[in-house]
Amino acid sequence: MSLSIKDDEIDIVIGALRPDLTSFMNEWRTIFSRFHLIIVKDPDLKEELKIPEGFNLDVYKKPDIDRVVGTSTSTIFSGYSCRYFGYLVSRKKYIISVDDDCYPAKDNKGILVDAVAQHITNLTTPATPFFFNTLYDPFTEGADFVRGYPFSLRSGVQCALSCGLWLNLADYDAPTQALKPEERNSRYVDAVLTVPARTLMPISGINIAFNREVIGPALLPSLRLGGEGKFRWETMEDIWSGMCVKVVCDHLGLGVKTGMPYVWRNDRGDAIASLRKEWEGVKLMEEVVPFFQSVRLSREATTTEDCVAEVANVVKEQLESKDPMFARAAKAMVDWVKLWKSVGSSTSSPGA
Amino acid sequence: MATVSPTPLLKDELDIVIPTIRNLDFLEMWRPFFQPYHLIIVQDGDPTKTIKVPEGFDYELYNRNDINRILGPKASCISFKDSACRCFGYMVSKKKYIYTIDDDCFVAKDPSGKDINALEQHIQNLLSPSTPFFFNTLYDPYRSGADFVRGYPFSLREGVTTAVSHGLWLNIPDYDAPTQLVKPLERNTRYVDAIMTIPKGTLFPMCGMNLAFNRELIGPAMYFGLMGDGQPIGRYDDMWAGWCTKVICDHLGWGVKTGLPYIWHSKASNPFVNLKKEYKGIYWQEELIPFFQSVALPKDCTTVQKCYIEISKQVKAKLGKVDDYFNKLADAMVTWIEAWDELNPSGDISAKIPNGASK
Repeated sequence: MSLSIKDDEIDIVIGALRPDLTSFMNEWRTIFSRFHLIIVKDPDLKEELKIPEGFNLDVYKKPDIDRVVGTSTSTIFSGYSCRYFGYLVSRKKYIISVDDDCYPAKDNKGILVDAVAQHITNLTTPATPFFFNTLYDPFTEGADFVRGYPFSLRSGVQCALSCGLWLNLADYDAPTQALKPEERNSRYVDAVLTVPARTLMPISGINIAFNREVIGPALLPSLRLGGEGKFRWETMEDIWSGMCVKVVCDHLGLGVKTGMPYVWRNDRGDAIASLRKEWEGVKLMEEVVPFFQSVRLSREATTTEDCVAEVANVVKEQLESKDPMFARAAKAMVDWVKLWKSVGSSTSSPGA
Repeated sequence: MATVSPTPLLKDELDIVIPTIRNLDFLEMWRPFFQPYHLIIVQDGDPTKTIKVPEGFDYELYNRNDINRILGPKASCISFKDSACRCFGYMVSKKKYIYTIDDDCFVAKDPSGKDINALEQHIQNLLSPSTPFFFNTLYDPYRSGADFVRGYPFSLREGVTTAVSHGLWLNIPDYDAPTQLVKPLERNTRYVDAIMTIPKGTLFPMCGMNLAFNRELIGPAMYFGLMGDGQPIGRYDDMWAGWCTKVICDHLGWGVKTGLPYIWHSKASNPFVNLKKEYKGIYWQEELIPFFQSVALPKDCTTVQKCYIEISKQVKAKLGKVDDYFNKLADAMVTWIEAWDELNPSGDISAKIPNGASK
């Protein structure tokens, strides 16, 4: 049973990488219309946004971003990273974010999945990172802790991050999708589980929710591939951000869940065309994963901001020499923490 | 479209080990899936009772008298009046793989209504790699219809050898006694269509009801401890084996999978009886979990036996003060390895030993 959450504790943040959001918003209307939405337009997008009526929302565009953070800093919010601006200006406790090419999915019984409700349930029930429960989420209806699960670990810890999944176009990298062009994910796995402490994983930004009050500063725009593009196959920013978040959560004793809810991800783009750009990201992961697996934060890092600052330092010390991209990432992390401290705690509203 | 090759039967490479005190009627339901395989039946309880095995199965059966005869004084490490005695079956098997199942576990149906061939799924799990070093959010990447997700390093995509396949249960879930008492009517109706590798460094509660493993790799770690008659604890046999096994698998770089297949667990044991058996375990596990989480195996522990003996030393050193039971258990762990090595001299997998009543 989750706590009863008021609708006004939730912001839905959408990064608009394409101008026409009409069908996206209409498909999500029954689920989204109760909530306040923050739509952030990719500053590189030239066309006007088309947004249907009937939503309670604020729209932020390049001029707004420039005004709030300054024109020199606003470049960190281009492309998929535009959504982080939405996280920055939100004043709500919970944020849910999905890519603008995802629609509500249907579960195994053919019922429309309320992704927002499931994410909120995930965030408001405890996580269990210290011991694996073989029946997955013990707090869900019809399940519990199994024999052999220590009682002292059964109250769990706060869940800071909820990572959802995708039916149809799964979040594969370009080489994988190019090799299996027809493969679509049709397997609906009826489970939510806590990712164990000290276990890392690729956290996709396509369908994600988090407790902004607790972990906000750790979801950050930082790593940008030299050839970063406007398809997920051409980015690693969310994967990088996700590694930071997991390391910080592990250090602070917070939980990360993965599994439901699913969204339906539409076919878009061409994996083979993106192959050229994404190879950079694929190579990087060989450095990035062992790096994050070895990061140890100090006992003095007791807030999320402190943790992020420490990670940024370690990135600078250990990765800077390997690729200038890492040096820029480390700087972006430091800038982000400053930004969070100044903007994250003051009010702001979009321009006309 | 790539064709999926059929799962090999492995009928000459796999033994099915079943502990029982009552009867083996449940085998009738499993016949279409189990008949090709050799069964090792370990009879718990009164050895004068005759266990009826349904016609047409190829089996060997061991009761307490056989265990005493074969192991002599080392038989003290095998539990009496507890299904933990099943590990004797692992020791006398000559096969590469073991599947063990309880006699109140039946064939389950998948959501489409089709009977689940649990053994076939376990074999698939054991024959495909595991991925303990980095979690794949789409679960088992080697399953048809799935793959590694974006961000998964290519250098880790070959995976490692799978040592253990841990299956689950529909209907009566594997709850402890307190949970059973609070929720006597709860049934597991959720079919989770996933198999996943339990990450390195993460412990889990291993249930022995529906379990398969690579005996050649990890067999010596699958000791189910001292339980039952004359012992202060019961229903922690599989837990103990699971924690030792996971620590050793993590050390030696092998994988442990959990998830599919499901079986249908039909019998809910008496929660009050269970509470009496588990009582000590519920307290002790608060010490046991931190113990296993902190076990560090030295680099020169390069075989399962060496790892296991090392763990037994640490059990004595650190858990002996929790209760004298752990001193006895540590000794029994050593006895187990001695008995294992005696019955399984290296390079001589096919050596035959005199056994109990067979077909």
